[in-house]
Amino acid sequence: MDTNDQYGGQHDTRRPRIRHRGRTRGAVPRRVRLAAAAGAAALVLTAGLATPLDPAPREALAADDGKRTLTVAVAQSVDSLSPFLAVRLLSTSIHRLTYEYLTNYDPEDNHVVPGLATRWKSSPDKLTWTYTIRSDSKWSDGKRATAEDAAWTFNTMMTDEGAATANGSFTANFEEVTAPSPTELVIRLKKPQATMTALDVPIVPRHVWEKVDDFSKFNNDKDLPVVGNGPFVLTGYKPDSYVRLEANKDFWRGAPKFDALLFRYYKDQDAAVSALRKGEVSFVAGSPSLTPAQAASLRNEKNIKVNDAPGRRFYALATNPGAKAKNGEKIGDGHPSLLDQRVRNALFMAVDRKTVVDKVFQGHAVDGAGYIPPRYAHYFWEPSAGQELAYDPGKAARLLDQAGFMRNGDGKRVGKDGKPLNYRILCHATDPNDKAIGRYLEEWWGALGIGVTLNCLDNVTDPWLAGEYDLAFDGWSVNPDPDFVLSIHTCGALPATPEDTGATDNFICDEKYDGLYAQQLAEYDPAERANIVQQMQSRLYDLGYMNVMTYPNAVEAYRTDQIESITTMPSEAGNIYGQDGYWGWWSAVPADSGEGSGGSSSTGVVVGIVAGVVVLAGLGVFVAMRRRATAEDRE
Amino acid sequence: MTADATSAPVEGARTASGPVKDGPGAARGPRARTTTAYLRYVAGKVAGAAVSLLAVLVTSFFLFRLIPGDPVKFMTGGRQVSTEQLASYRREFGLDLPLWQQFTGYCGKALTGDLGTSYQFNAPVVDRITEALPNTLLLTGTAFVLYTALGIVLGTRSAWRHGRLGDRVGTGLALTLYSVPSFWLGLLLIITLSVGIGPVPGLFPTGGMESGGEEGFARVLDVAHHLVLPVVTLVAVEYGQTLLVTRSALLDEMGSDYLTTARAKGLRDDLVRRRHAVPNALLPTVTLIFINLGRTVAGVILVETVFSWPGLGGLFYQALSVPDLPLVQGLFFVFSAAVIVMNTLADLIYPLLDPRVGR
Repeated sequence: MDTNDQYGGQHDTRRPRIRHRGRTRGAVPRRVRLAAAAGAAALVLTAGLATPLDPAPREALAADDGKRTLTVAVAQSVDSLSPFLAVRLLSTSIHRLTYEYLTNYDPEDNHVVPGLATRWKSSPDKLTWTYTIRSDSKWSDGKRATAEDAAWTFNTMMTDEGAATANGSFTANFEEVTAPSPTELVIRLKKPQATMTALDVPIVPRHVWEKVDDFSKFNNDKDLPVVGNGPFVLTGYKPDSYVRLEANKDFWRGAPKFDALLFRYYKDQDAAVSALRKGEVSFVAGSPSLTPAQAASLRNEKNIKVNDAPGRRFYALATNPGAKAKNGEKIGDGHPSLLDQRVRNALFMAVDRKTVVDKVFQGHAVDGAGYIPPRYAHYFWEPSAGQELAYDPGKAARLLDQAGFMRNGDGKRVGKDGKPLNYRILCHATDPNDKAIGRYLEEWWGALGIGVTLNCLDNVTDPWLAGEYDLAFDGWSVNPDPDFVLSIHTCGALPATPEDTGATDNFICDEKYDGLYAQQLAEYDPAERANIVQQMQSRLYDLGYMNVMTYPNAVEAYRTDQIESITTMPSEAGNIYGQDGYWGWWSAVPADSGEGSGGSSSTGVVVGIVAGVVVLAGLGVFVAMRRRATAEDRE
Repeated sequence: MTADATSAPVEGARTASGPVKDGPGAARGPRARTTTAYLRYVAGKVAGAAVSLLAVLVTSFFLFRLIPGDPVKFMTGGRQVSTEQLASYRREFGLDLPLWQQFTGYCGKALTGDLGTSYQFNAPVVDRITEALPNTLLLTGTAFVLYTALGIVLGTRSAWRHGRLGDRVGTGLALTLYSVPSFWLGLLLIITLSVGIGPVPGLFPTGGMESGGEEGFARVLDVAHHLVLPVVTLVAVEYGQTLLVTRSALLDEMGSDYLTTARAKGLRDDLVRRRHAVPNALLPTVTLIFINLGRTVAGVILVETVFSWPGLGGLFYQALSVPDLPLVQGLFFVFSAAVIVMNTLADLIYPLLDPRVGR
């Protein structure tokens, strides 16, 4: 061949020499056309075929076989379907739907209502609780649910370490559990415990579960349908694909209105929002909460309701109280200036909560006050006018002056050691709210003369447990019974030594608070207990170790052309996904019409044909262009 | 991930051509000697692969111990647990043992095919992997076949008519798509083809592998329907690589004398291409094919996430965020093993494709 550059002229010089060029050229496009036509045909087929068969709208709307399915987009994987092991929100929500608990919480105001137990009473010494078990609850295999099942469930958790994995803390104070008759359950306690009507433990059928060898390994996901007695029965499960529940027509409170409930996975929340817009799902779970942008994009959409629900979380700024272990040894290196309550209060008074709600949460949160969110009206507490640490940077500056932290020549406040005050704030790198508020704190506290170092990490657990922080962004979900979130600030929750891990949240240890905590745990009168819990919150507020900034909303959305009505919790304004109870899904009423945006099969066919025509037209253009491009070769 | 793959073919080609220099005399020897040489070559490659696998086993244990985070704290975070429960968790996962004991236990079990128990799913790692593996293989396997075929066909055509409009547009398009982030393309496809724009309703599901509850043939159709968009995304992003490698390899061959000879014999142009040029130019592409084949197991984390595909990529992401050490280690081992096995296979096939290799 010629000496031409391989990639350059060689090609052109060769071409005229090929005698069969014309013939060859003719053959190639024919093959290409054939292949392209086959491809196009396949596409048309998929589009055309797919649409009439499109299972999505059928799934989300009334199905053609008459079944009404409510489809919920979720993201969280199931950790286990065994009630003894599951701790994640999705898994425990499924257990709420498939098993009865002794008691439930009223959707209106979260007060305790009957579940598997119809009545309960405590002995005068407060140590024996007797529950009357209902006689109209049946397992889905036809057997009756009895007190014996409940006793067996609790006893298994008390004796088998594997069975205590998820809910062992509920039975830690149990002395003995017996079932004298099928309708009577007796629990004897070691010491009084006010949370006996808030035992969030699914009761399982003994005749099914006593065959399990090893509770730490059994995930309850192979033998479907799973025998249960809740409003729904678990009938299908594919990891990270879907969880299918069918209505339990014999449920003692009445059958759910939908025939089936399908939790389908959308790992990407934007995709889940798209699926809702399309009608492929009826509901997008607000866990995690929809972003302000997603909520805004859905707000004006036809047939979609955005439920901007008051959340069950508080979002706080925790200050290191000079972390110590139970044995008195110091943990970590919290800033000594924070031991002065005036400093802690001054810091919080320089936090503009209104800006946090308006700018960071874009309105999807409520201004913070007490430790327990307002949705639990019974326990909610607000500081009085005189007690309130309202936003007041001027007063904050005066408090710091009083505490002896004066400004130096550079305008920086200096500590007793003459060094400028600079606080390390622990923040979650995965939480945009932490970062945004951190920037504001730099500005607000900077104006006070205090430096801020934002320490945003993927994993905050390690420095947190080691007490290596001055302040930290903190938050917990609060249950209808607040015992747990209160317990994590008691001295008893501290680690035994600096090497141990305790249940404590922020190393708080306050005698007065602890006294109140013990008092509420032994107080069986709800009103009196609520009163004590409010005093505890007041104490926590004054101490300034847990400064609640906001209560973030749980933003979720659903299609009103698929769900006509659904109960929120609390019913006035509350969330649907992740309720403490089965109210939302149990009460959901399917919309009458089947005319969702999912489209009917006839439009599907039309669309399939249109798509096919478009593809073919595109192909025609392509072939024409190719012919024109190679026209010179044809001579 | 793609960056590694681009540099890898060169690497593979270099290893493969290595033995050529070593055995100059082999070509003259009798057939038996050639066979022995090949066997020695095979043994060397297999031994190398075995050593790599062992190294991966050891690395995976220590590498992921560097991830900060206490798995027990993560799993119990946000709920009521007693100190006794925490201790029992640690005991159960073997986290209370010294590191070297954890390591020997892990190695001993791994050799018997037991990769441990996932912390967060409370199930054997092997079970979780075998559950997700077919899903990933379905997605990436389908895409692999399509993008390889498309890349080879288009690459050949591009090279044969290089410099022409078709080549420039084709190569440009392939390069553009190759540079597009897959999750972004996936989201675009969801917005246009899933949700639908304007009067056109969506044609394909927004995500997932199946609707849930379908059985038999209806389920096959359902899964196929769900498969379309993720496969299209993967093919669009991946075919460019094969195209470019095929194109440049073929361009290298196009100056060769044997092609002139073939033409001089009067062969038709497409015969020259198909029978003479392409087979000789395919070697780098074969390397790439095997590397891609190894990668199919690793799945595609981003595409699996955007389309909510229940595969290994998504599992890996979840495992890392805990960190669910046994699951992370197990997946890392499986991913690495797939690449090592496929590379070894490529090495073993080379001598069959090109007799100069492996003598």
